[in-house]
Amino acid sequence: MKQIKLTRNILLGIEDLLLHKLRSFLTTLGIVFGVGSVVAMLAVGEGASKEALDQIRKLGSNNIIVSSVKSIEEEATSTTHSHMGIYGLSYDDYARVRETFKVIKQTAPVKLIRKEGRLGERSLELRIVGTTPVWFELVQRPVVAGRVLVASDDNEYAPAAVLTEFGARKLLAAENTIGQSIKIGGDRFEIVGIVKSESGQAGNIQIPDQEVDIYIPINVARSYFGDITSRTTSGSHERELVELHQMIVQVNSTDDVEPTANGIEDMLKRFHKKKDYLVSVPLALLRQAEATKRTFNIVLGSIAGISLLVGGIGIMNIMLASVTERTREIGIRRAIGAKRKQIISPFLIETVVLSIMGGLIGIGLGVLVPFLITYFAGMPTVITAASIVLPLVISFGVGIIFGLYPAVRAAKVDPIVALRHE
Amino acid sequence: MMREAGSNSDLSDVAKAKADVEIIKLEDARKIYQMGGSEVKALGGVTLSFKRGSFWAIMGPSGSGKSTMMNVLGCLDRLSSGRYILEGRDVSTLDDDSLSEMRLRHLGFIFQSFNLIPQLTVQRNIELPLYYLGWEAHHSAERAKELAEKVGLTERLQHCPAELSGGQMQRVAIARALANDPQIIFADEPTGNLDTATGKEILAMLTELNGQGKTIIMVTHEMDVAAYSKQRLHMLDGLVDRIEGGE
Repeated sequence: MKQIKLTRNILLGIEDLLLHKLRSFLTTLGIVFGVGSVVAMLAVGEGASKEALDQIRKLGSNNIIVSSVKSIEEEATSTTHSHMGIYGLSYDDYARVRETFKVIKQTAPVKLIRKEGRLGERSLELRIVGTTPVWFELVQRPVVAGRVLVASDDNEYAPAAVLTEFGARKLLAAENTIGQSIKIGGDRFEIVGIVKSESGQAGNIQIPDQEVDIYIPINVARSYFGDITSRTTSGSHERELVELHQMIVQVNSTDDVEPTANGIEDMLKRFHKKKDYLVSVPLALLRQAEATKRTFNIVLGSIAGISLLVGGIGIMNIMLASVTERTREIGIRRAIGAKRKQIISPFLIETVVLSIMGGLIGIGLGVLVPFLITYFAGMPTVITAASIVLPLVISFGVGIIFGLYPAVRAAKVDPIVALRHE
Repeated sequence: MMREAGSNSDLSDVAKAKADVEIIKLEDARKIYQMGGSEVKALGGVTLSFKRGSFWAIMGPSGSGKSTMMNVLGCLDRLSSGRYILEGRDVSTLDDDSLSEMRLRHLGFIFQSFNLIPQLTVQRNIELPLYYLGWEAHHSAERAKELAEKVGLTERLQHCPAELSGGQMQRVAIARALANDPQIIFADEPTGNLDTATGKEILAMLTELNGQGKTIIMVTHEMDVAAYSKQRLHMLDGLVDRIEGGE
């Protein structure tokens, strides 16, 4: 019974608003743009941070990544003619880390090699990662075809090679290529599988397999290619000795991540004269990225709050004008026997209906704009359920808050005075 | 005060019978306005009673207190002091909501300027009291049709007030005043905005309603309008000047 009455009152309110279509529309514009901008900004912000967060998450929240970097001193001297740069993580470092920390679950070494590769008629320079089968457990990569490296490949020095999709495209390899042999720097390898590749940057960590073409067992890489890489760039001959380019360390629980990372850092500091390593913690980056996102959301929330406040004041202003305009009508209704709350509710319903309509149009606008941004500017945008529900709830609240005062003013109209009002 | 409250709640048979005859009763009714420091006595202590089924005209020059009298009797305004007993109930101490309830259940109003709500159709205007009484939509629509037929406006139910003539608008107002089936109908200068012929039609309608047992209280300053009433109350300076017409 009560519900039927409310529905009837809402319908009456809508009917009344439709009597002044233009005015009602203009009144809601404040809410429309307020809500629209909130939804659109949330979508853009969410899109931007989601990409970064996803990348970081892929690195694993229980992982620590230690990379070799050219120290600043090394960078300065490497310009000298035919100098051999020696830096980065050593096999000893890797073994030491594994032995020292009890909380380590598993580790994977990464050795980067650039070599000429040949598959059938195609010949080009390949970026090769030498690693252990554990790598594929730490950094999840779906298998497209065939298999990934297994323990026996590494132990038995099997010349097995796993292509990334990226590398497979370059070499024009496909599923039927599996089992064929590829020549790398004069040695024959058997292609055993193809995995999905990931590209891009996560925070300031290089994703381990960024733009990698091929994976081979690390023992094979060491015995076939050694630790020295040489490159001829613009006349100068550059040679580098790097034993390991990266190690990925996985600990048992998230709580162990930071202490272990600090321990590794301290240990490396003791054994390295120069700072030629970098310890990065995806978890820390994740937290940082999340904190940034929170700050962004607070700023956004404030802007949204202000615009909705302005929208609300706009509605209140019009409703106050409407109360004045309808003073006589209110007087008539009161004389007939309407109680104060029976005057309040239609005015309140009208403001709430107005602001919710505004909210809905705003959401439409707020969904359209990110779509256009993605379509024309190529920026990723994500519309979450919360970014739609929240503005709707807020616009309902705005309707109540800013509708209450005009409605109460309407109810306070003295019927005797109102009936004399022209 | 205590004694009065007691006598109110359990009326003797004699008092009940009396209340049944005296639908309206004022006892030393005073209404004083504060106007910029000075006091204006709109009602200066009026005692009177109207019988059920009577047809009164309240007359008097402007400033005589006839509008205040009308507002007080119509439960739109409260007395400063004194008592107002309506349908056997002391309404002088009621709060705003209860006064609204009294108007809604027992009173009907007809105004000089019709006071229809312009954006509502004739039907919606007639249904207005029923809406506040909480009637269901199809019941009030039926009632509105019935009333429109009574005042001869069946064809105009879906029209807006602006499309009607003055006489038609006043007939809508009468239909609206009758919607809640009130015992008392207040008419404030009901013919003031109408030509003589139309005015006569409206007055004839009021006479007919009085014939059906409704108590009619009409405010007017025109003698020939007042002539339709059975009794006339002349007011002067917030007091009853004289009463004309017999029982």
